[in-house]
Amino acid sequence: MKLSTFKKGLHPEDYKHFSAGRAIEVLPPAEDVYIPLLQHIGAPCEALVQKGDRVKTGQIIANSNAYVSAPVHASITGVVKDIDKYYHPLGRRAEMIHIQREGEEEWEYLEKVKDWKWTPKSKLLEIIRNAGIVGLGGATFPTHVKLDPPDDKSIDSFILNGVECEPYLTADDRLMIEHTDRILLGMAMMMHILDVHKGYIGIENNKPEAIARMQKRVVEQGYPFKVVPLKVKYPQGAEKMLIYSVLKRKVPAGKLPMDVGVVVNNVGTAYAVAEAIIDAKPLVQRVITVTGDGVKTPKNLMARIGTPFKDLFNACEGFKDDVKEVFMGGPMMGMTQYHLESPVVKGSSGIVAVSSDLVEELATFPCIRCGSCVKACPMNLMPLRLSALSQANRPESLADFGISNCIECGCCAFACPANIPLVQWIRVGKLRFRDYTAKLAKEVS
Amino acid sequence: MTEDRSVPLEEKQQTSPSVDTEKKDKEVKNPETPAPKKDPRSRLFRSSRMTIVAPAPHAKGKGSVPKVMYIVIAALLPAVIASIFFFGTAAMVTIMVAIFSAMVAEFACNKIMKTGLTIDDGSAILTGLLIALTLPPSFPILLTALGSVVAIVFGKQVFGGLGANIFNPALIGRAFLQASFPVKMTTWTLPAFAGADAVSGATPLGLMKFEGISTQLKPLLIGNIGGCIGETSAIALLAGGLILVILRVADWRIPLSYLGTVFLFGGALWLINPDIYPHPLFMLLSGGLILGAFFMATDMVTSPVTPLGTWIYGVGMGLILVVIRLWGGLPEGVMYSILFMNGLVPLLNRWTRPKYFGEIQEEKKKQ
Repeated sequence: MKLSTFKKGLHPEDYKHFSAGRAIEVLPPAEDVYIPLLQHIGAPCEALVQKGDRVKTGQIIANSNAYVSAPVHASITGVVKDIDKYYHPLGRRAEMIHIQREGEEEWEYLEKVKDWKWTPKSKLLEIIRNAGIVGLGGATFPTHVKLDPPDDKSIDSFILNGVECEPYLTADDRLMIEHTDRILLGMAMMMHILDVHKGYIGIENNKPEAIARMQKRVVEQGYPFKVVPLKVKYPQGAEKMLIYSVLKRKVPAGKLPMDVGVVVNNVGTAYAVAEAIIDAKPLVQRVITVTGDGVKTPKNLMARIGTPFKDLFNACEGFKDDVKEVFMGGPMMGMTQYHLESPVVKGSSGIVAVSSDLVEELATFPCIRCGSCVKACPMNLMPLRLSALSQANRPESLADFGISNCIECGCCAFACPANIPLVQWIRVGKLRFRDYTAKLAKEVS
Repeated sequence: MTEDRSVPLEEKQQTSPSVDTEKKDKEVKNPETPAPKKDPRSRLFRSSRMTIVAPAPHAKGKGSVPKVMYIVIAALLPAVIASIFFFGTAAMVTIMVAIFSAMVAEFACNKIMKTGLTIDDGSAILTGLLIALTLPPSFPILLTALGSVVAIVFGKQVFGGLGANIFNPALIGRAFLQASFPVKMTTWTLPAFAGADAVSGATPLGLMKFEGISTQLKPLLIGNIGGCIGETSAIALLAGGLILVILRVADWRIPLSYLGTVFLFGGALWLINPDIYPHPLFMLLSGGLILGAFFMATDMVTSPVTPLGTWIYGVGMGLILVVIRLWGGLPEGVMYSILFMNGLVPLLNRWTRPKYFGEIQEEKKKQ
């Protein structure tokens, strides 16, 4: 059978063997956790607790009245030590609540429902919001917003994203193997909320065990889902690419998946939804892959949100001698970490430490217009041109070459033989273009 | 400070040794306790080297610019061997002189322009080699060197070095020699074998154009004919060209569209009147067409990056070549066809932007 996929893209070395065979281990709650107030796309939360307060696991400690937002929960039982700026995995320091563990673990649960099938949809959405669930694939868009499309959009298909196309990461893979039923249940719940009857599960073909497990349980439990094995290619897990791979629909430029009648959710999100509705547990933990050739024993850990990265590495017996780079997420889109005090956030799918064997500092050459980036770009853009226009600071031309369509997957910079930091220049270009349009708007008014 | 191993990666400590880091360091307990080190900065990272803080992607493909250049040079080796086989030491000397002077010119430009040294990226070697392959076998050494210098200085460095030039540098050098020394550039020596004296004679294209004599296909294919040192052996060039296409160093569309256009356009004319116009296979195998199509037109810097642009570029070169060869004043037109289309490349790149993902639907919706 010919596996479906999208056009272009590329095949980075996958390095999943480090942690692929390792079952998920539950990491005991850390002594100290640092919980950022903003862990999602949307309005930031405001802290509801004060220094010195006692908090229970699962208690809402920060919330916002805005619709596009998700509350933040205490992930351990203990005392709030401080609310201050700490190291954040996404770069600059950010406001966080520092909780120190104290006493026995006590839980504060969400509202329990008797039978989700007979619960009003608005109630289920409220539970999902109160559980603080956001897209756990890394985009961290609040899930209750995604599951509540405007009335003028008709959704006909639901895609569960089990692609995990980033090298190194195996968290979703393990979750699909070990918690198959929960994921399928979460998917059924989300489809019920959306009132959608066509469900697809997209999994890349390099996870045969996950595909087999999912396929088996779907059939055994009589779900009307279709497991779609996909050809291995990066960035298949990107929403637009996945929709094309599975349904051959193209999301129009500047539009959202719901404009083509599709909602995509990650397997981690489906798992969290099932946990919230069945067990009444809010999102206080997630699976994170701790891997890389710089880690002594790579593992997949179920870690509490806010656990500092150093605790994860210590749980994996620490580093080998020669660690050259540490990044959160995969190597293609992940953020380099400059400090191991940075905590696990809702969007952390992995933390990778690589040794100098795999990190090279390469000299940059001038662009020789080989077109490798054009051949790699899954969005069919011309990265070399966008990068050149960005460097020359010509924002007026950037729109002509579709800069806003760039998904920053990193394919162009990966493919570039001259080692030009193309994605980075495109990001600069996006900012320059934004400033330019803002300036234009100002001049007009 | 024995517990103090919680870790800042070293840069962070250097750039902002903040109060709260130090405070935290004391509070944090770390179950994995490496023995205290002499250097207080090396804790979790025992290596003394700093860790990297860089934006994504952290993985990198295997290609590199010098690799591209050396692959092209390697792909030219069959043609180089063939040229030495057919034209003897004269070819070898020309090649060596051209490469050497190109590197010297590159080095001098680097020094004068105070850019970093770029002679090791392979592009100067490639330019020198390509110039040598497009010169007649008995070309004077000093003029060969001059051609190489012009190619590097005026073909490439005046624009700002590798990647900034509009025209193929090797062809700029050759065009300069052709314009300045037309007689020497068209004095051909036929291949000489073991001991025999070199005899001067015309190229197949010259014979066809000025004397109406057609050459058989077999010598054209093997290379036992008059012509520039690197262009005569079609087989050797095709072997190298295929390697480039398979390794995707050369875009397959360029040779296909260039050669295809020559074949179809030339073939159509031949069908109309076989007495006046040559057979299309003769058109393909004679002159520098194979060399140009696989090694010069495909120069990454001076060819388009978009698929549509590449097709237009190739077809344009093919049309110009046939027009020059059949109706122009010169017997050969590969050089000018490529140079002319090189000039259009910046515009082609701009005009033939591929439709980005999702763009078509957007237009349909508008209608």
